[in-house]
Amino acid sequence: MKDFIIPDRDFGTPESKSKVMVTLNVDGFDVTVPEGTSVMRAAAEAGITVPKLCASDNMAAFGSCRLCLVEIEGRNGTPASCTTPVAPGMKVHTQTGQLKQLRRGVMELYISDHPLDCLTCSANGDCELQDMAGAVGLRDVRYEAVENHFTPKNTAGELNRQWMPKDDSNPYFTYDPAKCIVCSRCVRACEEVQGTFALTIEGRGFDSRVSAGAASDSFLTSDCVSCGACVQACPTATLQEKSVIDIGTPERSVITTCAYCGVGCSFKAEMRGDELVRMVPYKHGKANRGHSCVKGRFAYGYASHKDRILNPMIRETINDPWQEVTWEEALGFAARRMKDIQAKHGRQSVGVITSSRCTNEETYLVQKLTRAVFMNNNTDTCARVCHSPTGYGLGQTFGTSAGTQDFDSVEQTDVVVVIGANPTDGHPVFASRLKKRLRQGAKLIVIDPRRIDLVKSPHIEAAHHLALKPGTNVAVVTSIAHVIVTEGLADESFIRERCDWDEFQDYAEFVADPRHAPEATELLTGVPAAELRAAARLFAKGGNGAIYYGLGVTEHSQGSTTVIGIANLAMLTGNIGRPGVGVNPLRGQNNVQGSCDMGSFPHELPGYRHVKNDSAREVFEKLWGVTLDHEPGLRIPNMLDAAVEGTFKGLYCQGEDILQSDPDTKHVAAGLAAMDCVIVHDLFLNETANYAHVFLPGSSFLEKDGTFTNAERRINRVRKVMAPKNGFGDWEVTQMLANAMGAGWTYTHPSQIMDEIAATTPSFAGVSYEKLETEGSVQWPCNEAHPLGTPLMHVDGFMRGKGKFIRTEYVATDEKTGPRFPLLLTTGRILSQYNVGAQTRRTANTVWHEEDVLEIHPHDAEVRGVKDRDWVRLASRSGDTSLRAKLTDRVSPGVVYTTFHHPSTQANVITTDFSDWATNCPEYKVTAVQVSPSNGPSDWQEDYASQATLARRILPAAE
Amino acid sequence: MRVETGEVTARLQDILAAHEGLEGPLLPILHAVQESFGYVPQDALPLIAANLNLSRAEVHGVMSFYHDFREQPQGRHVLKLCRAEACQSMGGDALAERVKHRLGIDWHQTTPDGAVTLEPVFCLGLCACAPAALVDGRVVGRVDETRLEALLTEVRA
Repeated sequence: MKDFIIPDRDFGTPESKSKVMVTLNVDGFDVTVPEGTSVMRAAAEAGITVPKLCASDNMAAFGSCRLCLVEIEGRNGTPASCTTPVAPGMKVHTQTGQLKQLRRGVMELYISDHPLDCLTCSANGDCELQDMAGAVGLRDVRYEAVENHFTPKNTAGELNRQWMPKDDSNPYFTYDPAKCIVCSRCVRACEEVQGTFALTIEGRGFDSRVSAGAASDSFLTSDCVSCGACVQACPTATLQEKSVIDIGTPERSVITTCAYCGVGCSFKAEMRGDELVRMVPYKHGKANRGHSCVKGRFAYGYASHKDRILNPMIRETINDPWQEVTWEEALGFAARRMKDIQAKHGRQSVGVITSSRCTNEETYLVQKLTRAVFMNNNTDTCARVCHSPTGYGLGQTFGTSAGTQDFDSVEQTDVVVVIGANPTDGHPVFASRLKKRLRQGAKLIVIDPRRIDLVKSPHIEAAHHLALKPGTNVAVVTSIAHVIVTEGLADESFIRERCDWDEFQDYAEFVADPRHAPEATELLTGVPAAELRAAARLFAKGGNGAIYYGLGVTEHSQGSTTVIGIANLAMLTGNIGRPGVGVNPLRGQNNVQGSCDMGSFPHELPGYRHVKNDSAREVFEKLWGVTLDHEPGLRIPNMLDAAVEGTFKGLYCQGEDILQSDPDTKHVAAGLAAMDCVIVHDLFLNETANYAHVFLPGSSFLEKDGTFTNAERRINRVRKVMAPKNGFGDWEVTQMLANAMGAGWTYTHPSQIMDEIAATTPSFAGVSYEKLETEGSVQWPCNEAHPLGTPLMHVDGFMRGKGKFIRTEYVATDEKTGPRFPLLLTTGRILSQYNVGAQTRRTANTVWHEEDVLEIHPHDAEVRGVKDRDWVRLASRSGDTSLRAKLTDRVSPGVVYTTFHHPSTQANVITTDFSDWATNCPEYKVTAVQVSPSNGPSDWQEDYASQATLARRILPAAE
Repeated sequence: MRVETGEVTARLQDILAAHEGLEGPLLPILHAVQESFGYVPQDALPLIAANLNLSRAEVHGVMSFYHDFREQPQGRHVLKLCRAEACQSMGGDALAERVKHRLGIDWHQTTPDGAVTLEPVFCLGLCACAPAALVDGRVVGRVDETRLEALLTEVRA
């Protein structure tokens, strides 16, 4: 790791997990390390650094650079310390006359084919080659190279055939072959850490070069996913961030948490002054263990994008242009309107939407705003449209609304079931950790209508891919349970001990019914019965079985039922309560777990306590000095319905773009247009802001303190690395709005908000900024019983007592294909873009995905006369849009697929307003559609684009 | 001769099928491809990679490591001259220059009439009979003026 500016020690080789300890002597010091540790690492543990170039502690030893040679008493020669394991009583010398001479000799050879332009090199001050030259005392290079790799022309002006120009095809980093010492660290990082295998060493001997992809590829056209692992591994300037080339080396670093997906990777934000130089994954981050993806590592440029709005704006009606005003004016305007609305239309006529991208503290304040200032429970969050069924399903069966494991658990799993999730795109860092385990031999079962990358990509292959028809999750999951129960594969002792036996018997009787047999459901689900039976047997009997699932499970009319079905499977097979097993929702946004925990739902106070619960309400009433409404408030779809009816008039929407992300765009637009005061609090004039009256500029995750809670319930610190460009952190803005309405809040730092959360919410009782400072992070529940948090849930018993089996009857969705709409549309994400794309579309990530495309099977395309890259019209009962087609056999015939990252496509014009029976989570994943050739954008797209342009006009500020 | 992509795919399927289940199959497959086509078409690499569940980069890395796997079709004959130390000490350099001059091509090139490809090789294990050459797989030792003429006549035929 290139981390010499801001040291974060590299031990050279990975930690050994052995329990057997070995004592050896290094340079006269005794050191005790686990068996299997390398001599290099043992020396490092003793505080002695052996010079090295090809070793790094996040990948296996390679032994190629010959710099880390040591002498071992009683052994011949000078073995490489990185590849030599320790042995009891071993006496190692790391610095002798012979070693010094050998190392200088090796260094001399390296330097003879390396340019000596250190002063103008982008790695100056951050180069391991430079450091090692210093460490071995290189003073002279005796060799004069006849040929070299680094001069473009020789002294006679002839071109050097060995020289290769820089490859700067990747938007974020460059590959400069002239600086390369062929240590293979990049190739190994790509293979071992990221698992993409995009790099290789081509040729041999003096001709050896790092090559991305095959002979004709550049970094951009290769399989490279731009995760940055190779850049981080490179000891020289060969692979270098363009931002470092532009700015120079950073001077300090602040540890913070990525604001993209629910993995919650820890990063070092490396700074020069108040300029962010680069984001480097933090080795001690417990979610990511030093790895990153293209979004967190590189796609942070949106925070300083020119589209970002930095001044508050208001307007009388949504047809007026925006007018920049002072904060006082904007907040006064907003407060006045909200008060007027409540005076005229009643207490229940306004509400809030909290953000899953903002911090826990900010979310807590927003729900407090509605409960304690607006005096109603009209609060909801985007989890409504993603993981609300997880909350319901796991709450009912296990007793908590969260994943059961930490991400480290995947290292001990034997059979992984991935249902309705695409980790390599949606949760890339977790996917890398999963793939690593799969390469070690764990088995994989994928249940997904699409052939996602995990099904087959270099060095991994799913044992079973159950390519079900969209909308039949419950039938498949119940059939798996049928096989487990009828073939006697259930873990009876676990069930007897941990679950309610009567409920199990009821459930067993239900699933054993022959109508749930895979042979019976095959026609419905499209999954071959034999394949399903084999998958069920593997999961039940293959060792530690872990289930990871995503929005492909929840965003259905039976989302909650599928979550319950998944929980049933885990209980049936005894896969709960130890490392390597469990039920793990892969949560979409950085803080969607946190926003749910913080009481964003209309029926739940922070900590998932129902608003009807008198004792829970009392805690807050006492502290806040108000009387809380004991009736649940409105969910997002209810708010919009009420708005259309004219009873809901005011909305404060923080950091969420409901117009683009929520289903049935036209209905959302109609609801917003019917309101008298829509306050949008965001970085950008997002799509929702087209219907807003007040715009409050938001701050990015780099500009404020707080915490995010990731998918494994881990509370990670977000730290302010620069002053907010808009002047205030989002928590300050919410507080100012509340105070403008007379609340009288006096928080001066987010830690005070966390203290309030801890004082009121039992599962957060032990959380404080002090503890997060010393521990790095904790996983809730964190309280007196678990002062350092809870990595694994339900270890000795379920949170609710006995695990509860619930029947999972399959009920087909009302959204059915027919002659007019014969295809099923399902939606998803891709790696380089995030959610509605508000952030990633404003970065260079667009080189990988500049528009949403419709994936369609070649057979379906052919009968419709559609060719690759053609414009097609995609129509459903709700609406239509146009986009380009991409022919691929990743989708089965009868199924089409698209992403929703671009507002110009508006995939959600197509989706219907069907939703989960328990939680109203919209059915994004199943829509009956028709595809036909088209000339270009639809009328709706054109109308929408012109409305958006009109709505985004900003008048110059009044002088 | 170059082979069209469609034909590469068709013939490659047979080769891949013949090697199914073999342990460590990449090198045998590359050999079989070179045997069948006379070279290893670049079009074949992604297909081999997909079949073995490797990445394109890995297959490229292996193929480019071995100089005997050719990216281009070769001439009807292949003449390899030893460039290793023993042969150099016995006039190998001069011999090589003469051959290049007579054929009008440089290393790794093929004469325009497609008759012969010239390749360097590092040690044929024939140091006692240096300078040595390899003509279409047949070793020839003590390549002097007369033998060279005979060799050139043979390969230009």
